[in-house]
Amino acid sequence: MHHTLVALVEDKPGVLNRVANLVRRRAFNIESLTVGRTAEPGVSRMTIVIDSDQASAERVTAYLYKLVNVLQVEDLGAVPAVARDLALVKVAVAGHDRATLLRVVDETRAHIVDTGEQTMTLEITGEPPHVDAVIARLEPLGIVEMVRTGQVAMRRGDTALSAAQYS
Amino acid sequence: MPKRTGAQIIWECLVNEGVTTVFGYPGGAILPAYDAILDYPTIQHVLVRHEQGAAHMADGYARASGQVGVAIATSGPGATNLVTGIATAMMDSSPVVCITGQVPSKLIGYDAFQETDITGITLPITKHNYLVTRVEDIMPTIKEAFHLAKSGRPGPVLVDITKDAQQASIEWEWDPKPVKIRGYRPSRPVTSAQLSKATELIRASKRPVILAGQGVIQSNGMKELIAFAELLNAPIAMTLLGLGGVPASHRLNLGMMGMHGEAWVNHAIQGADLLMAFGMRFDDRVTGNTKTYAPHARKLHVDIDPSEINKNVTADAAIVGDLRETLKDLIEVLEPADHTPWLEHIESMKGDAAVRDIQTLPDTGHLYAAHVINDIWRITEGKAIVVTDVGQHQMWEAQYYHHETPRSLITSGGLGTMGFALPAAIGAKMACPDAEVWVIVGDGGFQMTQAELTTAAQEGIKINVAIINNGYLGMVRQWQEFFYERRYSSTPLRSPDFVKIADAHGLAGFRVEKRGDVEDVVQRARSTDGTILIDFRVEQEDSVYPMVPAGADLDAMIRRPEPSVLAETGADPI
Repeated sequence: MHHTLVALVEDKPGVLNRVANLVRRRAFNIESLTVGRTAEPGVSRMTIVIDSDQASAERVTAYLYKLVNVLQVEDLGAVPAVARDLALVKVAVAGHDRATLLRVVDETRAHIVDTGEQTMTLEITGEPPHVDAVIARLEPLGIVEMVRTGQVAMRRGDTALSAAQYS
Repeated sequence: MPKRTGAQIIWECLVNEGVTTVFGYPGGAILPAYDAILDYPTIQHVLVRHEQGAAHMADGYARASGQVGVAIATSGPGATNLVTGIATAMMDSSPVVCITGQVPSKLIGYDAFQETDITGITLPITKHNYLVTRVEDIMPTIKEAFHLAKSGRPGPVLVDITKDAQQASIEWEWDPKPVKIRGYRPSRPVTSAQLSKATELIRASKRPVILAGQGVIQSNGMKELIAFAELLNAPIAMTLLGLGGVPASHRLNLGMMGMHGEAWVNHAIQGADLLMAFGMRFDDRVTGNTKTYAPHARKLHVDIDPSEINKNVTADAAIVGDLRETLKDLIEVLEPADHTPWLEHIESMKGDAAVRDIQTLPDTGHLYAAHVINDIWRITEGKAIVVTDVGQHQMWEAQYYHHETPRSLITSGGLGTMGFALPAAIGAKMACPDAEVWVIVGDGGFQMTQAELTTAAQEGIKINVAIINNGYLGMVRQWQEFFYERRYSSTPLRSPDFVKIADAHGLAGFRVEKRGDVEDVVQRARSTDGTILIDFRVEQEDSVYPMVPAGADLDAMIRRPEPSVLAETGADPI
């Protein structure tokens, strides 16, 4: 079962290593882990998707709080949330009807971000299952290269996760 | 502002943190600091023989005094030698700060001579650690390290400082402002909702048992715990690291619980309807099989570390916060209770345990470890600081040396580190120079860190080392006897002549082979100047009872044999 945790952490060297090490020690498999800036200076945001049940996710949350550089942790498994994943997919255009590919692009709200002589690169953004579905449709056409960012997520509604109380 | 080198700033910071003793070993990357220490005469440096000893000494110092212990080492092998000591301190929540030298910052990552990634290595075994590459960062980092080590749930913190940061100079003065760390909340206020849920459980209980851990001592909540227990007339079971937190002679103190706890203590836990766990973490050596642990009991868990709640045992109510403050709050709202029938029931469960106790065994000419330790307790009137190693003698110490005061038992509980006792005792003696310090150690563990005997001799301190010498790695042998059909694989142990070892260090050594000689030699040891060593040649195949096999139900213990059996199975003393 996939479980999404969001952590606000201090933007300092080694923090990613500390978080990854903590998850590794408990032998959870990290499905994806993204790190990026927030609106607050010195604060980074991690979205961690792990393969675990609710009880294990609660353990990881408790251990995350033991890390000195971790400011706030939110378990998005228990609340309504928006999640997005982005993929860049380079698809072969030779050997099949270009129109088929363009129809898939049109039907799936993918964007063409680059075209080469032999390939076309698409950008797909959406809920992770949507990205999975588009990739499944592109596979028969011949995927040459692919990258996914991993999931970022945010709670729905007016409640905001902030590290302001720790400034 | 005066100009200071990074090396000087290190010692200035330690002086300002109140440090008077450090344990360490010099080397290339920490040389600037070792040069600068000569100008700081208020700090005594104890030269160890191996950096593991430095970490254990700092740990022993911390446990005996409650103050932060400090260990110093150079980069590379100096730093990696600290690792066992750091892990020991981590598992037992001991406030230790380790300062290591690191190769110059421009060489980091180039596999320079004596370079190792010690912050990477110690990441899972420190509360926090730092790599400092700029002289400006030395003071704020050391201040944070001390704050982290001693606040909240204490633990070891490592500060790795590059040689160039030690050599660089800046205009510097001490900043007395208290440390503030953005994401660090060492403790949080107890809420009234938590308290009322706890009192509800306590009021509903007819068969309560208090489980007292090291948190009682670390929060300085000894008086409050006794007041709480007396208010409710509720019995107290102790963890190994909790021993001394409640006087052994207190009528409500049942003694140690768990794998080698007395049967009635574990039966009380299994029969309880409420466990009040105070500053303990339900270690597997305490619970046995968690699926059958205290099946009738609701659990109230009080701990300063929120991650301990629901970790090993699910709590019905939990309070995260300082134990002493929590106990004060509970005492204020609770009314007296009387659990006399429950206490009488526990008393009745003692059964024939006293008859089977080795203390009642007539003197057969054989020397049993339990006799030695009990005699040391009697002769020292229970007032010594006892530092143990790990294994059979450690459990016998817990059973037969009755601790009346906190911080009088220093032992490696969580990590179970053999070789801990001798260096930790040196640290404890440096922290409490007026205390009588005894080391109780096996012949195996003693040889792991025996080199630190020279350290004790060089420092001119007096500690008394009692080697419980049975010619085996005794606890492993016991497991082989019970669970591996007496196939004694790699447990018979040949030792050097320990009396000659003492002599080679210019120290007095004694050998005891008969029970009748214990008292005389212990007294001579106490009145002899300098560190002394006693080689107690005890029964070779004696075992620690009772014993709950690892992972078994807590009440499925192997009991002590009948006295007659014990007397007959005794092999010839060596």
